[in-house]
Amino acid sequence: MPAPFSWIRPEPHGIHVVPAECWIDPSQAVSQALVTHGHADHARGGHGETVATPATLAIMELRYQTREGAKPVEYGETIRLKGGVSATYLPAGHVLGSAQILLEHAGERVIVTGDYKRRADPTCPPFEVTPCDIFITEATFGLPVFCHPPIQEEMAKLLDRLAAHPDRCILVGAYALGKAQRVIAELRAAGHHDPIYLHGALEKMCRLYEEHHVGLGELKLVSDHSREDMRGAIVLCPPSALNDRWSRRLPDPITAMASGWMRVRQRARQRNVELPLVISDHADWGELTRTIEEVDAQETWITHGREDALLRWCQLHQRRAKALALVGYDDEDD
Amino acid sequence: MEEFAALIDALVYTRSRNEKLRLIAEYLQTTADPDRGWALAALSDGLDFPAVKSSTIRNLMKERVDPVLWTLSRDFVGDTAETASLLWPQPDAQKTPPSPPSVSEAVAALQGMTRISVMSELPRLLDRLDPSGRYALLKLATGGMRIGVSARLAKTAFAQAFGVSVDTVEEYWHALEPPYAELFAWAADGADPPDTENRPLFRPFMLAHPLEETVVDLAHYAAEWKWDGIRVQMVHVAGETRVYSRSGDDISHTFPELVEALGVPAVLDGELLVRGSHQGGEKGGAASFNALQQRLGRKKVAKKMLAEYPAFVRLYDVLMLDGKDLRDLPWSERRERLEALMPRLPDTHFDLSPVVEARDFDHLGQIRESARDDAIEGLMLKRRDSPYIAGRKTGLWYKWKRDPLLVDCVLMYAQRGSGKRSSFYSDYTFGCWDGDPDDHENGGAELLPVGKAYSGFTDEELKKLDRHVRHHTVARFGPVRETDKSLVFEVAFDSVHESRRHKSGLAMRFPRIHRIRWDKPAHEADRIDALRALIRD
Repeated sequence: MPAPFSWIRPEPHGIHVVPAECWIDPSQAVSQALVTHGHADHARGGHGETVATPATLAIMELRYQTREGAKPVEYGETIRLKGGVSATYLPAGHVLGSAQILLEHAGERVIVTGDYKRRADPTCPPFEVTPCDIFITEATFGLPVFCHPPIQEEMAKLLDRLAAHPDRCILVGAYALGKAQRVIAELRAAGHHDPIYLHGALEKMCRLYEEHHVGLGELKLVSDHSREDMRGAIVLCPPSALNDRWSRRLPDPITAMASGWMRVRQRARQRNVELPLVISDHADWGELTRTIEEVDAQETWITHGREDALLRWCQLHQRRAKALALVGYDDEDD
Repeated sequence: MEEFAALIDALVYTRSRNEKLRLIAEYLQTTADPDRGWALAALSDGLDFPAVKSSTIRNLMKERVDPVLWTLSRDFVGDTAETASLLWPQPDAQKTPPSPPSVSEAVAALQGMTRISVMSELPRLLDRLDPSGRYALLKLATGGMRIGVSARLAKTAFAQAFGVSVDTVEEYWHALEPPYAELFAWAADGADPPDTENRPLFRPFMLAHPLEETVVDLAHYAAEWKWDGIRVQMVHVAGETRVYSRSGDDISHTFPELVEALGVPAVLDGELLVRGSHQGGEKGGAASFNALQQRLGRKKVAKKMLAEYPAFVRLYDVLMLDGKDLRDLPWSERRERLEALMPRLPDTHFDLSPVVEARDFDHLGQIRESARDDAIEGLMLKRRDSPYIAGRKTGLWYKWKRDPLLVDCVLMYAQRGSGKRSSFYSDYTFGCWDGDPDDHENGGAELLPVGKAYSGFTDEELKKLDRHVRHHTVARFGPVRETDKSLVFEVAFDSVHESRRHKSGLAMRFPRIHRIRWDKPAHEADRIDALRALIRD
């Protein structure tokens, strides 16, 4: 009889499900990939077959212009893989379509979370706590200094600053997939119904969200409007465009950024951010540790992020844990 | 404290200098005494509370947070005060609603703390504040805000707030102490200016710009050697003598022999050096900076030190003499007064920095190239008709440093930076080969660390270097990462000396990354011998 859990093997380029001959979020092209969500560092192109939720597959199609090998699986649905392995996709609460993957083989249950958060998000269903033997968790914000404040506070900060500067605009840097749409949806929930202006790189993903029944209100493209139109407005762009020439067309923009890293002052300064908005689609320290307790697995494996601190926390709380050294995940953009 | 904390946060996130000036000026206009005076002190020179040190905060935190989690957090955030402000266990708001102390209340409490009481009293203050307030308090308590506001900027904001000249503020500044009640009374309420007569005060230094590509006409500029010591100002008035460092710190106690040597009522500008015999063999020459370092930073000076490393000042300017302020005179006239003054000063402790004569600028360049004295850093160029003006005014004084020495080293270890570079691996230790790395038959060679550098690269290069470190780590020692020793730096430095602190036996002065040689294989980097050959003392 093989050793327990020998069928699941962390390899540098992804988590290898050995009997099924497939990988989870591999950073190289493989014959069969199980993809947790649509962020580029997890959902790479070129796989023979890609198993993911319909929304994640739609996001990948938008990026790679192909549906070849796409194999959709709904939340709660279980599919059979080779070698007696089955996989169930469960909501992760990270972005539209994001899933945890529950793998079962020979009576053993392993969950790979991908990226996740525990806060409410109007753009995707919430994370489901599911019992398992091995819990493989992300650790992007795995340091006790990370505590994301309630998003309503950050929205109030943004709207207050906007009201104080009716002749300027606020340029918010937000990751194109997930963060931008969540910020827009939360602004609407906070009662802001003015048009929101978009950098061209955000347009298609916003349309895709709307097709998946996430209402975003009136959106306009910066390129269709004059400087005058955008006075007193909120403008969204990808983080890379924040300090770019592109922003010169805006009316005296106040630079904001929506990211969990904004909790640390120097991080905001490094990005030349004047208005830091601590908004993240990842679990903060409190959420990570609470989730590990609630899932209460025999063993916790920790991937991409600040593994050291979470590993230490597990030791302090007498939980068996180990850190996986996976390459290719870029956690710096959240 | 809330207004001060809000000011600090706003300053942290503001890029524009004018906006920073506006924020500080507005705070100073709208805040009462003495809060605004303490705030001004915190933003300029920084306050000093002997009971509160960075280690105090660390110890307080380690009582409340697991030490490993503290260290990992501190390492990531890159700032002890900020890490503590984020990790401080917030008391239950129901039981203890925040009741922030005023700035003066906080200052009074901090002043009253001892090394023992701080452990119970500082927590009580922190409990009354939110994270921003805790950050501001801890920054204020440990001195040195490091939020992108220089002392000069804070003083300029003060001057703007009350419509006075910043140069006058600088002139009065050193006559006063926090919370600067007299300064506010003068600037804001039109009271009499502070008394600066007959007191041994520091006068702000005149500073130089790098020459870069500029060419000057020697008809208008005089040249002097740029000495590799420390810039000092010597003041003697009403029977009292002071030695001030470049930042205006009183270092008289470190150099008692100089205090005794000056008996003429004057304010003198010069370079503090230590006597050495091996500088070109010339009698009365100066030793290298290495020798001078033996004397720096000491509170008490042993007789042996005084005998082995006797200090003297090489003078190059006179600001005041016999009760007269000479700063408005042109340099050439001040120089004449200085030369005439020399016979009144003991030649055991004072000499004159000679003017370097050259036919023209090209000739001066040749003289600069041929200078081999280790106490010479290069040349200074001073406009002959220029008054002595505090600060760095364009076109008056230039420094023309000697070209640096270069050597190819291999990156060995990296550590995260702090402040603006927090969380980036930006501090690099590099080494040279102790033999021939290609001589495999005799076991190749080992790399020995020869120096550390934190500068010389752009922000873009820093990102690439950070990525290199992360992807080429072979071991970790706490916050230090050891890399696979595959990257070559061309390192620039001013000089190299024997040193027992490093295994290589060598230490560089002012090492900085000159170029990153992504293209160069590590085994082609220089050997220790090549570096040793560059020792000049």
